[in-house]
This record gives sequence, C-alpha cells and structure tokens, in this order.
Amino acid sequence: MYWEPDIETMPRPRLENMQLTKLKRTLEYAHRSPFYSQRFAAEGIDINKLRTLDDLRRIPFTVKQDLRESFPDGLLCTSYEDVVRIHSSSGTTGQIIVVFYNQHDLDSWSNLMARCMFGAGTRKTDVFQNCVGYGLFTGGLGFHFGSEKLGALTIPSASGNSRRQIFLMQSMKTTTVHIIPSYALVLMTVLNEMGVDPRKELFLKRAFLGAEPYSEATRRRVEEFYGIDVYNSYGLTEMNGPGVAFECTEKAGMHLWEDAFILEVIDPDTQEPVPDGQEGELVFTTIDRQAMPILRYRTKDLAFVYPEPCPCGRTHRRISRIKGRIDDMMIMKGVNIFPTQIETTLMKVPELGSNYLIVLERRNLVDEMIVKVEVRPEFFTGDLRRLERLRAQLVADLRTEILITPKVELLEPSSLPISEGKAVRVQDLREL
Amino acid sequence: MAHQIAVFAENKPGRLGQVTRILAEAGVNIRAMTIADSGQYGVIKLLVDKPGIATGAFKSAGMAASQTEVLAILMDDQPGGLYRVASALESARINISDAYGFIVESKQQAVLVLDTDDAVQVLSLVSGLGLRTLTDDELYGL
Repeated sequence: MYWEPDIETMPRPRLENMQLTKLKRTLEYAHRSPFYSQRFAAEGIDINKLRTLDDLRRIPFTVKQDLRESFPDGLLCTSYEDVVRIHSSSGTTGQIIVVFYNQHDLDSWSNLMARCMFGAGTRKTDVFQNCVGYGLFTGGLGFHFGSEKLGALTIPSASGNSRRQIFLMQSMKTTTVHIIPSYALVLMTVLNEMGVDPRKELFLKRAFLGAEPYSEATRRRVEEFYGIDVYNSYGLTEMNGPGVAFECTEKAGMHLWEDAFILEVIDPDTQEPVPDGQEGELVFTTIDRQAMPILRYRTKDLAFVYPEPCPCGRTHRRISRIKGRIDDMMIMKGVNIFPTQIETTLMKVPELGSNYLIVLERRNLVDEMIVKVEVRPEFFTGDLRRLERLRAQLVADLRTEILITPKVELLEPSSLPISEGKAVRVQDLREL
Repeated sequence: MAHQIAVFAENKPGRLGQVTRILAEAGVNIRAMTIADSGQYGVIKLLVDKPGIATGAFKSAGMAASQTEVLAILMDDQPGGLYRVASALESARINISDAYGFIVESKQQAVLVLDTDDAVQVLSLVSGLGLRTLTDDELYGL
C-alpha cells in the first residue's frame, strides 16, 4: 500500500532530522544562485549558523515577484550545462516565471508523482490517460513521468479533442485519468451527447483532479457521474508542479511530502505561523532540489493542516483542500468571497449544469454580483414556476454562503464558453 | 391526451428565430405557441404536429426541451364556451397551471389547451359537459 514504506511511515522525529539535513544542503545550493547570495548578504544571514528547523524562519520569504524579477535564471544555482529541462507557470496572472530541473530534480519529482499515484491505488496493471496539457505546463509531463516510473501503461492524450479522449478511454480500457476539474465537467456533457454511459461503457476506476480549486460538491458530482473515486492533487510550478501533496485512499486531506518540502502555514497579514487546524497561507521550502531551490515560498494558497494523523499510517501531515488562491479572492461590500464557495452551492443543485460564471459589476457606486449558471437539459420540466423557485432558492443559499445577495441568471445549456485549459470563473467588470 | 413541448430560452434577440428554425428544418408544423417569461429567461410552449421529432431536434441542438401531456379540449366558438369549462373547474377546485386557446375555424370550433394539477378529474368534468379532448393526431387533423 506504500510506494516507499520507510519514508512514508517514518516516525516524525526521524523525518524532521532528515528535513534538517536536507535543508542544510539546500541552503548551500541556494547560496550559489545570484538571487539568494545577494539576499543572504543583504540580510546578514550566515547559512552555517542555521542549526534547527526553526532557524529557517530567519530567512525572508520568497514571493512570486522575486521570481519574476530574476527572470529567467536569477535563482539558478548551477550552469545551463547541468540542467536538463525547464517548466513555466501558465502566466495567467502576469509575467511568466521559469523553473529549472537537473536530472536529480526530475528523478525526485517523478518518484514523488509515482508515490502519489500509488498511494491512491494505482498499480502497474493500470492504464493511465493523462488528459491535461503537455508542454510548459507541469501537469502534463509531471504525471507522465510519474506514471511511467510506476510502470503503468501511459497514454499522453493531452487536453482537448473530447471525442478522441473518450474513444481512447474505451479502446485502451483506461482505468485512471488525470484531468482538470472544469474539463472533467465538460467531458460529462460530451458523454451525454454521445450517449455513452461512463459507468457501463468505460473502465474508469479513479481520477486525479487538480490545477484548479474545486469544491467537495464537484468531487461528488464527478464521482457519481463516472462511478469512480476522485483524488485531490496539489502542486505548483514553483515546487516542481504536481506531486507536492496528494490524497491517499482515505480521501481525507492531502499528504504533503515532507521529505521533499518543508511546510509552514502563516497568517497572510501578520506573516506569523498559525496552529494546525487553522487556515492560513501555505509556505514551502524545497529540500530535495539541486538546480533551483526556493526558500519559504509564499504560495498565496489558503488551506489548513489536519491536526490528527491519517488512519493510513503515513506520518507526512495532511493539508486540506485549497480554499482558494488569495489572488482569486473577490472583495464585495467588504466581504471576502472565493469562487469555490459559490461553486459549492451551485453543484449541490441537480437542476444546474456544471459551467458557471461570476460577473462583478459596479452600478451607481454599488457592487453587484451576477452568478450565471446553465440549466441542465435532463432536469428541465417545462415549468417556469419551478425554475423561478429554483432561482429564488439559489439566491437564498448563496446569501447564506457568501453573506451578500447576488443576482442569479439561468442560462441555456452550453451557452457559456468552455475552456479546455484552466477555466475562467470570474469576470470583474468593476472600474475601481 | 395531446403533447406540448416546452423549450427553455434566455430572453434575448434571436431566440424565437432559433427555435422556429430548428422546427422548420425538422419539417415540423406549429399549431399554437405561447411564451411564459420571467424577465431574464422564459419558457416557450409549442403545440406541433410531430412532438417527438420536435423534442428530439431541440435536444440534439443542445437545448433544454421537454414534452408534457396537456388537455386539448374541443369547444364551440361561441359566447360563454370558455366560461362553462372555467366554472366547472372552479367548482371542482382544480387549479390551472397554464391555459391558452386557439380558434380552428371562426364561429365554429376552438381549442382550449389546459395544463392542470389533476388531468384525470378534468377529463371526466369535460366529458360531463359534453365536450371532448383531442389526441395529437386529431389536433393536427383539424
């Protein structure tokens, strides 16, 4: 049940010792990069004087802007000759950043991915279809090499071309898929149109969903539709990509691989650590990367650490589902709102489709939120009063969840644009 | 019983055009139509000569459409015709969800389309008044 039993179930004191050893080595590597050598000098940090894990807190945070400003290779600790690959963030929120990997880094990453997939029940007898974008996006190649490391038959189907995806799933008897949540929902529509019953005519057992925040209600909807188990996957380009944290078969939080990353959870405003169980911003330090270590990276992702150990026996701590990225947070009338809160409410209603859009407008100096969601053809009865009741109920449920009253518009099926990459869920038309 | 088709449509230009184009391309003839509107969206209700084909055409165009049974009551086109039916329903305390009518031939015959909570009871009331309801085939044979 474990890919690496000794590491995955290592007693905490030994695990923390291991972290300290790896951290010291990482600091030596980092010191060779222009960025960190300047920063250590500017802050008067002598890496040889850092003796405990707590001493890590004397090093300043690294933020995305640091990576942008040191584009392309300010954080690289070695020469181009030594490195073998780069990946890059999708650049949806600004200028791109680049991460370099040498062969050790790629091997380490592939092993972490194999560990994740194995822990969620995947074996070499499985057939794995990787339905996400390849190329600079880490989700494609990250899972691809993990699956090959595991020994599973790997189909690099990439994203898009929905009918071919389904054709491959049928003809190769795919058991396991990696897919972006919004695309899993798009494929549901396509399967309906094609008249393919995924529970009877596909061979799927499990899916890995990540790269976009999504709600527990969406997980249940996908699980029920396909008749599979859905496992949460967490990662970010700056920390290799996927494979940072992953759910085991308990499906109760994602194990964060603490032999490769040191986790801190901080209050984003005070920057002070918060106790386990309390939500805060995730901060990571790589401790198994040679080409480009990153120290105390502020992810802007909000989650909490489960205080109690997991029944599966792994000692690596679990983080919760990501509530949202601080960047995704909307502020309306002084209230903080995350798109996932709205999604949770919408996905509980069987009459509604899976595609939605949140539009923010400002009219006469008053902010308004309009939630646009498609109706689901299968549940349409032709009764206008029922739709009106549904809409009124939805307004009430959303008000309970987000504390402001949105407008709700019901749309015709398939009328919102679908994206085969990361879905756009919020349109902010306010002129601030 | 006759069949009525309901199509969900957002309230924006071109919607009725799209609905009727799909019917035209499927070779379906429209007997009667009514629109219930809530502002941002509405439901277009149609009586057509080939309800099954029409529903299938809407669904394969990816639209939300459903087919329901309604009562199509054949009446004389004369003063008080509708009142007789309405007062019978009122004394039986039957609620009408939706109703509309159309004239088949002026001063001769009209059809009242009724969607109610209790179709069985309405059927017996209507036959008690000496009126009869039409099937799909009869409706389009008029």
